[in-house]
Amino acid sequence: MPRPTGAPPSAGRGGPRVPSSVPTVVIRGGTVVDENGQRRADVLCAGGTVSAVGESLEVPSGATVLDAGGCFVAPGLVDVHVHLREPGNEDAECIETGARAAALGGFTAVVAMPNTDPPLDDAAVASEVLALGAGAVCKIAVAGAITVGRAGERLAPMGELADLGVRLFTDDGTGVQDSGVMRRALEYARGFGVTVAEHCEDRALASGAAMHEGEWSSRLGVPGAPAEAEELMVARDIALSRLTKGRLHLLHLSSAGSVALLAAAKAEGLAVTGEVTPHHLAFTDAELAGYDTAFKVNPPLRTAADVAALRRACVTGTLDAIATDHAPHRPEAKDVPLADAASGMLGLETALAVVLGALCGGEGPSVQVTGGEQGSGRGERLPERTGGGFDRAQGEERDLEPSRLSVRDVVGLMSWHPARIAQMALCQRGDQGGPITPGSPANLCVFDPTESWVVDPVRMASRSRNTPWAGRELTGRVRHTICAGEPVVVGAEAQR
Amino acid sequence: MTASQEPVIGERGGESGAGTVITPTRGAGAPRHLLSVSDLGAEGMEEVLRVSDAFVEVSKRVIPKVPALRGKTVVTLFVEESTRTKLSFETAAKRLSADVLSFNATSSSLKKGESLRDTVETIAAMGVDAFVVRHCAAGAPAAVARWVDACVLNAGDGWHEHPTQALLDCCTIRQVLAERDGRAPGETGVECFKGLRVAIVGDIRHSRVARSNVLAFSALGAHVTLVAPGTLLPPAVETWPVAAVSHDLDEVLPQTDVCYLLRLQAERGAGGFLPSVREYAAAYGLNARRAAALADGALVMHPGPMNRGVEIADEVPDLPRSVILRQVANGVAVRMAVLFMLLGTPQDESPTGALAGLGDAWETSGA
Repeated sequence: MPRPTGAPPSAGRGGPRVPSSVPTVVIRGGTVVDENGQRRADVLCAGGTVSAVGESLEVPSGATVLDAGGCFVAPGLVDVHVHLREPGNEDAECIETGARAAALGGFTAVVAMPNTDPPLDDAAVASEVLALGAGAVCKIAVAGAITVGRAGERLAPMGELADLGVRLFTDDGTGVQDSGVMRRALEYARGFGVTVAEHCEDRALASGAAMHEGEWSSRLGVPGAPAEAEELMVARDIALSRLTKGRLHLLHLSSAGSVALLAAAKAEGLAVTGEVTPHHLAFTDAELAGYDTAFKVNPPLRTAADVAALRRACVTGTLDAIATDHAPHRPEAKDVPLADAASGMLGLETALAVVLGALCGGEGPSVQVTGGEQGSGRGERLPERTGGGFDRAQGEERDLEPSRLSVRDVVGLMSWHPARIAQMALCQRGDQGGPITPGSPANLCVFDPTESWVVDPVRMASRSRNTPWAGRELTGRVRHTICAGEPVVVGAEAQR
Repeated sequence: MTASQEPVIGERGGESGAGTVITPTRGAGAPRHLLSVSDLGAEGMEEVLRVSDAFVEVSKRVIPKVPALRGKTVVTLFVEESTRTKLSFETAAKRLSADVLSFNATSSSLKKGESLRDTVETIAAMGVDAFVVRHCAAGAPAAVARWVDACVLNAGDGWHEHPTQALLDCCTIRQVLAERDGRAPGETGVECFKGLRVAIVGDIRHSRVARSNVLAFSALGAHVTLVAPGTLLPPAVETWPVAAVSHDLDEVLPQTDVCYLLRLQAERGAGGFLPSVREYAAAYGLNARRAAALADGALVMHPGPMNRGVEIADEVPDLPRSVILRQVANGVAVRMAVLFMLLGTPQDESPTGALAGLGDAWETSGA
């Protein structure tokens, strides 16, 4: 592992300790990639901001030098959809560990979902989470609940929460079933310029489901949720957005039908955005053939045709952002029969590699490669079916070729696009996802697109271990993460 | 239908110490578990049927017991209630002289909040050779197989599979058809299934019996027709290895050699899958008139327990073409065969050795 040549920042895994002053850091030898394009440049960060960008910058005395040879230097990644479990489920994750996992994944800002216990439907709880997040190694923003108790009945105090800087509102984990309530949420949100984000799931069609309803659920005898359970609510919410002129964000879209609806809404000019998770870009429901609860997630993994449509929608821009839906669960919530297992999987530490594999197809980086091998297209994750007599669904797409997005496009999907959805420019601790230019906040992610690594759940920073990638090799690794000028990850190691 | 990542086929994973002869080492390729009919394949099924015939013979003896699994311990872990399957497995294990531990979910540590995994590992720690698992969740036996080294037999998991039911059904069909020809079942091999027209009628969507039987019948060459109202058909039914799907029982009956009726659970009516049980019985119940419309010599089968007056009219089980009680009788022999094949020692495995030895070994078996 490359180590900083200057004085390392404080190490160890104590409680959140914000360094009193951030060091001067030079990121040397990388390729800067941001909204403005791609260029060879060193980046000098001082006092929490980028102070110089250029080739062969001089290293000020006392500065920490971070090697970025073979790496891209990108704006810090932004995840608008993580579950940090605090308050209420701190044995699965807490803000400190979730933030560390985020930093290791190259994220400098995350939006914590409100399905905590108690839920973030109240300014007092939201303030507490924001206070706990203030010292974390990554910027912690929060989403507020749409309804009190996420019960889908009465609107949560959106105004009070917006005053705290909350820009996204969602009952994530469940969809707002009552169309009248959702209409009022979209109308009321307009007054604060905030966005209503929906977990699209029609409860009547999805209740009891443990996976996608289709060929595999039919074979396995597992209750399934059809893609229509999601698409019905996507269609309804788009109609309500049209009716109310409210700003709508669609969380973790998983089906071909959903992205088709989103594309039509965008063509119409509605204020609707959509996100997709890395796992929905990488896996199909065939992963559940062994009843492995690590792959139980909601919305469920769907068919190869859905995966192909989601990848295409990333290429065409129909999908605006990639968000992990990082969902830590204790082992005892997963080490049970599939029907009884909790839904969700870890995502923060593996997201960038998974997305590079799915969308860049291991396309060699256009930078000097100093180590590792060229990527090898890790996107293909379809296991062969075992024998057993069931026929392949006719005409199902088997060509899960990774899409051919540029690295810059991928970074956009994971950085400046989600930053805009979450209105990060309005948040404290500075702008996120913006161009890397002198004067901009030093929120940076340095990653080697060609480094391969084997995912070891035991070594993850998350307090939980429920990654579907355990034991699998991924290509693409975050080497350094700079959050507000502080090198929080150096040489793929968390610094505090 | 078992997962590719599931190590269901392969060497015995037991940690038998070197030099001990207590745990036999089986050849590579021998199934360690029976989680799905597809673990066996057509050849494996034929082998089970062949061994079953031998145990059918054993069951007819004055003392229907052999020492084949003496010293082995079999646990029946029935987390979901069942009477006949549990009794059938326990009878089978006892007739093989295995020690049987019966786990009662309703009065167990599971009720006190212990997890299934802890329960299973606790039982395994006592030294168990096989778990017979019935669970309301699909995949639970696969999970147990991951957690312990013992053999795992699926005795029914959710809507997924009930492999020994399918095997005993195949055993019964072959037995009856062979008898008609005046031959021993073994002489016919599995030829009798080629082109056999089987109609499976009823709640296929929620039926583990249907899933196992569709796999078994189709693997052996039968033409399977599924007959059910739309609400009780499985999703993606077009991917199932069946010849046809129908909503009209009367149309199907004349072209049916085996009419296999599934139990209709009363809650399907309440759950909105059917307007009423009465309407189901009128459209899909097998009454005497419909039974008479079946092809000549056709059989009526049912996995039990029956709802008389719903899927099967009161008089039908007593018709000559009904083989429902023979299914039950063969259940014991088939489960003996499966237990024997998974737990038997290697020297017993040669067909002649194993089956020839059954006759004279009684004297050495403890009572």
